[in-house]
Amino acid sequence: MVTNITSFSRSGLSDWIIQRASAVVMAVYTVFLVGYVLFHPQLDYATWSGLFQQTWMRIFSVLAFVSLAAHAWVGLWTVTTDYIKPTCIRVATQSVIILAIFVFLVWGIQVLWGA
Amino acid sequence: MSNMRSMTFDAIIIGGGGAGLRAALELAKSGKNTAVLSKVFPTRSHTVSAQGGITCAIASADPNDDWRWHMYDTVKGGDYITDQDAAEYMCSEGPKAVFELEHMGLPFSRFDNGRIYQRPFGGQSKNFGEGGQAARTCAAADRTGHALLHTLYENNVKHDTTFLNEWYAIDLVKNANGDVVGCIAMDIETGEVVHIKSKATVLATGGSGRIYASTTNALINTGDGIGMALRAGVPIQDIEMWQFHPTGIHGAGVLVTEGCRGEGGYLINKDGERFMERYAPNAKDLAGRDVVARSMVMEILEGRGCGENGDHVYLKLDHLGEEVLSKRLPGIVELSKTFAHVDPAKEPIPVVPTCHYMMGGVATNIHGQAIGQDKDGNDYIINGLYACGEAACVSVHGANRLGGNSLLDLVVFGRAAGMFIESALNEGVDYLDARDSDVETAMQRINRWNESSGGESVADLKRELQSIMQNSFGVFREEKNMKDGVEKLAELRGRIAEAHLSDKSLAFNTARVEALELDNLMEVAEATAIAALERKESRGAHCRYDYPDRDDVNWLKHSMFFPGEKRVGQRDVNFAPKTMDKFEPKIRTY
Amino acid sequence: MSKLQVSLYRYNPETDSAPYMQEFEVDTQGRDLMVLNLLELIKQDDTTVAYRRSCREGVCGSDGMNMNGTNGLACITPLSQVVKNNKLVLRPLPGLPVVRDLVVDMSLFYQQYERIQPYLKNDSPVPAIERLQSPEDRDKLDGLYECILCACCSTACPSFWWNPDKFVGPAGLLKSYRFLADSRDTATNERLSDLEDPFSVFRCRGIMNCVAVCPKGLNPTRAIGKIREMLLANAT
Repeated sequence: MVTNITSFSRSGLSDWIIQRASAVVMAVYTVFLVGYVLFHPQLDYATWSGLFQQTWMRIFSVLAFVSLAAHAWVGLWTVTTDYIKPTCIRVATQSVIILAIFVFLVWGIQVLWGA
Repeated sequence: MSNMRSMTFDAIIIGGGGAGLRAALELAKSGKNTAVLSKVFPTRSHTVSAQGGITCAIASADPNDDWRWHMYDTVKGGDYITDQDAAEYMCSEGPKAVFELEHMGLPFSRFDNGRIYQRPFGGQSKNFGEGGQAARTCAAADRTGHALLHTLYENNVKHDTTFLNEWYAIDLVKNANGDVVGCIAMDIETGEVVHIKSKATVLATGGSGRIYASTTNALINTGDGIGMALRAGVPIQDIEMWQFHPTGIHGAGVLVTEGCRGEGGYLINKDGERFMERYAPNAKDLAGRDVVARSMVMEILEGRGCGENGDHVYLKLDHLGEEVLSKRLPGIVELSKTFAHVDPAKEPIPVVPTCHYMMGGVATNIHGQAIGQDKDGNDYIINGLYACGEAACVSVHGANRLGGNSLLDLVVFGRAAGMFIESALNEGVDYLDARDSDVETAMQRINRWNESSGGESVADLKRELQSIMQNSFGVFREEKNMKDGVEKLAELRGRIAEAHLSDKSLAFNTARVEALELDNLMEVAEATAIAALERKESRGAHCRYDYPDRDDVNWLKHSMFFPGEKRVGQRDVNFAPKTMDKFEPKIRTY
Repeated sequence: MSKLQVSLYRYNPETDSAPYMQEFEVDTQGRDLMVLNLLELIKQDDTTVAYRRSCREGVCGSDGMNMNGTNGLACITPLSQVVKNNKLVLRPLPGLPVVRDLVVDMSLFYQQYERIQPYLKNDSPVPAIERLQSPEDRDKLDGLYECILCACCSTACPSFWWNPDKFVGPAGLLKSYRFLADSRDTATNERLSDLEDPFSVFRCRGIMNCVAVCPKGLNPTRAIGKIREMLLANAT
């Protein structure tokens, strides 16, 4: 068994499920948004903003953001372990990625629930 | 040789095929300091090419099967120079050895009741030849050797056997008393030559089919063990006995298993006639291999061969149907398409008798101990030297091996050698150390090649050797032609002694390995030729136009080739099985 | 008839500071030789050319090499199948250290094979005869046990190139599933728990190069999928 501490779950199986489950959430979210736009040909700011005032839509969106964050992390972690062999550069890159994902996630939640 | 590195083991097994791995497994389990030295990674050994199966009376296809029936077939198949104590041991211990393989994980094919699948093979009978065809060959589709070799390697991994992979054994080292106390070997990857010291040296180096131009054997089958033994003065038994497998693919030499005929395939000549009905009215295509091979050559010589040159016959399988072919003979379908450009489900496969197996080898007892013969013709044990598998002549195959008996030979006698060496080591073995001069003697050959500065090329000489053997010592033999062959070989020996190794580099120098192999081919070819000329009768695979009959008065004997004087002597055949009456020699018909 | 242009990867660690390609012109006399036969012709003239070979019929797995960009066994690959524009480029299997010419160091490949514990495990008492297995259960091993360890698959796998020390690779995983699928093996949980980390199995990205090159027509990707399914079933 190969151990690797920079993998959050340390389980390939969990990573694998997370990646697939998050992909499903993002797909559903995308289909919903595209459908919403198509069914509202005269979409204006008020309607759009109204949609995101709904609690269920905010929860749905947060779910999609979290999925994106998880999906991105699993994918980029894999890429860094594949291609970046020097440990210090790899850990540094991974730290930057984690920070960026965290910032984007917090920012997204702020946009949804803030103001 | 003070600057030469040495390694010390309790036992060194030379050869990583079925016999070597089975012996190693026994010793690894016992915790002895054992190493397997193999010139290829073990799963590349020639055992991997065995197809049809392992013959053994496990009473699966027939619940009433009896190992004594198997023993009868084996003795008869060997044309009565099979040692009956050895055949008794192999056939009675066989089931244990086969069940062990199954327990180790060998993926045998199965019958509906979950037991191991057995198919009919040539020369098999029930009730001592009275009860018709038996089905006694345990099979994993048509990849039994592959399955067996991988299973044995896997279990050696499990038991942490030490492997010296891609090492080449050059010569045996004997001490002042003539005991074998190790060998000289080369790490092929680095070219380093090392003195390996060992209390037990096991030759499990397989056969030497590459002395012939056309053979089913792998390119690595160059008789290294036999060559080493002969150079160490060890006599070789029954070396004139070479099996020609009836069905090698015409042109390519690639083996097509006897299992094809076991599953219902048969041979036809250019008229579409199932000609084996004429030669062996009862067993037909499942007569002994020597009988079938001779019949095929007769058909070809009498102008009933197939193809433009009439130089082969056909093996017909299309009537078996795609399902049987894909389930029972998938590897054959693959090989036919690749090497004969024929889909056996639609067309017959062009086949021709092809050199397949060396019945002779280092004479051993059932424990794998090598046997020499003193001036008065009495047997003695050669201390420190063991042999098992094709390199050994126990002798369970006599003058002609039955199909499926080689894999049984490997596991039964590999196991027996391992068990015996374990107990011998436990009792304590103490031989004199080799002196520097002893090591020096063993180094002569490689030094000669390394110092060679001109001469003929190895590849050319090898081709010449193979063509002499093919032309003078094939399926049918005859005095004048053989004498001619012996003379040519003597001349060739002189030229090989002067041959040139131009590439002296160290790292993975395959040219050096091929040069060293050529010496061994030469030893085996010469022993074969001289012994074949001397045996003035026809028995089993040894068939002479000038002596067409079996001569039990003078030749119900093993031949022994003594390398020093290049003399052929005789050794008694064992007719004393321990638990039953012996089988008396009878006329051999199928 | 024009001679075949062969470009051969050469490297002898004793004399060459770097590998290079050597050009040969080989007269095949119009025959559709196997690539191995072609190498034999070359070696007759230049004995320094090094490659592995043994059975010459595609069952021992010695002569895996890269022929015009595709991995395969030299002994069962006819020239007509690989030669393009009368040109053949022969290189060692990619991704493993080269020992000399076409000979690669396969230690990493063998280490991954050994890591999956490639032997049957069964704790139950050994019966007096064989362990029984139904033909249906035995059929599950078809397409798995035939592997010849030639390494064509693993050395065609980018995931194995990047992580040969951590990713078991297609050959090892095929072997692993051969035991997971064997009704006689009782170590399923132990085997699975050794494989659930992010590298051993999950580095497979389904590229399927392994399937494309396997000279025995086996399908490691499918076996890897089955292992994933078993891991999933075991964990949920």
